[in-house]
Amino acid sequence: MAVKKRKKDLTFLEKIYIPEIVKGLSLTLKSMLKPKFTLKYPEEKFIPPASYRGRPVLVQEENGQERCVACGLCSRVCPSLAIEVLASETEAEKERYPVKFEINMIRCIFCGLCEEVCPEEAIVMSKDYEMAFTNREEAIYGKDKLLVPVSQLQDRIEFLRQYK
Amino acid sequence: MNVWEIIGFTLVKIVIILHVMLLTVSYLVYFERRISAWVQNRLGPNRVGWEGVLQPFADVLKLLLKEDIVPYQANKKIHTLAPIIALFVAFTTYAVIPIGPAIELFGYTIPLVVADVNMGILYVLALTSLGVYAITFAGWSSGSKYSLLGGIRSSAQMISYEISMGFSIGGVILLAESLRPLAIVDSQGQWFWNAWIQPIGFITFVVSAFAETNRLPFDLPEAEPELVGGFHTEYSSMKFAGFFLAEYANMIIASGLIVTLYLGGYYIPFINIGTFGLPNWAEVLIYVGAFSFKIVALLFFFIWVRWSLPRFRYDQLMNLGWKVMFPLSLVNIIWVAVLIMLFNL
Repeated sequence: MAVKKRKKDLTFLEKIYIPEIVKGLSLTLKSMLKPKFTLKYPEEKFIPPASYRGRPVLVQEENGQERCVACGLCSRVCPSLAIEVLASETEAEKERYPVKFEINMIRCIFCGLCEEVCPEEAIVMSKDYEMAFTNREEAIYGKDKLLVPVSQLQDRIEFLRQYK
Repeated sequence: MNVWEIIGFTLVKIVIILHVMLLTVSYLVYFERRISAWVQNRLGPNRVGWEGVLQPFADVLKLLLKEDIVPYQANKKIHTLAPIIALFVAFTTYAVIPIGPAIELFGYTIPLVVADVNMGILYVLALTSLGVYAITFAGWSSGSKYSLLGGIRSSAQMISYEISMGFSIGGVILLAESLRPLAIVDSQGQWFWNAWIQPIGFITFVVSAFAETNRLPFDLPEAEPELVGGFHTEYSSMKFAGFFLAEYANMIIASGLIVTLYLGGYYIPFINIGTFGLPNWAEVLIYVGAFSFKIVALLFFFIWVRWSLPRFRYDQLMNLGWKVMFPLSLVNIIWVAVLIMLFNL
């Protein structure tokens, strides 16, 4: 085996290992006493920042109506074809509303394109990351699950206005 | 004491030590996991029972319920024999390590060591060399190249480090003028520990003990990145648990040996308990407590080192064993001999 020349030769103190080992041991001892990163999950929950893309939700105005005007852009742009919108007319000022708005959460890839394309700020990504289903039917979220009051989504809406 | 009484007391001592060992081993695994987590700023297992204290029992139950797979290519008899040898060696070695001075109970004087043998240290060395067979057999009989490579590495490693281990013990024996563990402990007395008198021997012995127990930084027999699981790749269920238990029991024995040979056994430095006028049982209890404290501290050191140092390369391991540890242990013997000549110790 050819002996390679090192860029920097070790000093005698480094060669006898023991001081270096003591250094390493003291480092790990220090980090043993540091605060822990782990969250005790079901009891302590991770609260994501506003930039987090969780479950997409529909914004519900104070009067209980959705903002959505059922233009169908989100359904159009969705790369995994997860959104289905069925439009209808309404007496309200916005004239159109979705009769049916369904997101298939098995298909959804949380890309956030629907939110980006929405002209009405009606569909946004929430901070909700706890989605579990036991069958495929349950995974299709209708309007009942998707509508979230606007007050809970202020964080994200402000983030979008600033950075979108 | 007649023969039957001696046999009875010995059996009771064996049962007690076996159970304490098994309990310590299971909690050692628990603390290994907790400490490794703390070093990495994690929490570790804390769900089963209060702060996870029942975790070891859950682990053992899981291992018991697993399917026992023996590979088609394996030599079945030797495959089964290997973990048994490992466990046998791990638990029998403890027979000669004294955990305290003699205790007076029911009118008898009972030494707190299972077998007070005159050549106890030789017995330990002989049994630890038997331990190589467990790993070599396991590697050879599994019919897998990873196991085989692990077994070969391990036998080479253990044979190399046994030499420096034996020579480091030489220094201790020179000072104690006896191979009897109790005599070695008494020769060190309150604070005249071998670790102070012969620090080089202490270091070589501790390093060799790490190598003998296959603990990191010397865990080449089971180096995961290269050898999958090493010698126990093809083991499952209780046979795997056997190796696992043996590894941790070996750690306890290694710490027991270090304490007995170098750290003054069950004595407490600078405090002479005999002068307090305590009853015999209380005195013995304090000594046993001191011994356990030293063992626990060393076990923590074992785990701590494991989660701090990286693994040696194989050639580095051999270099260290033959070119550094072996000459150093010889230097230690000469050092002790010179000390004895100069100060008539």
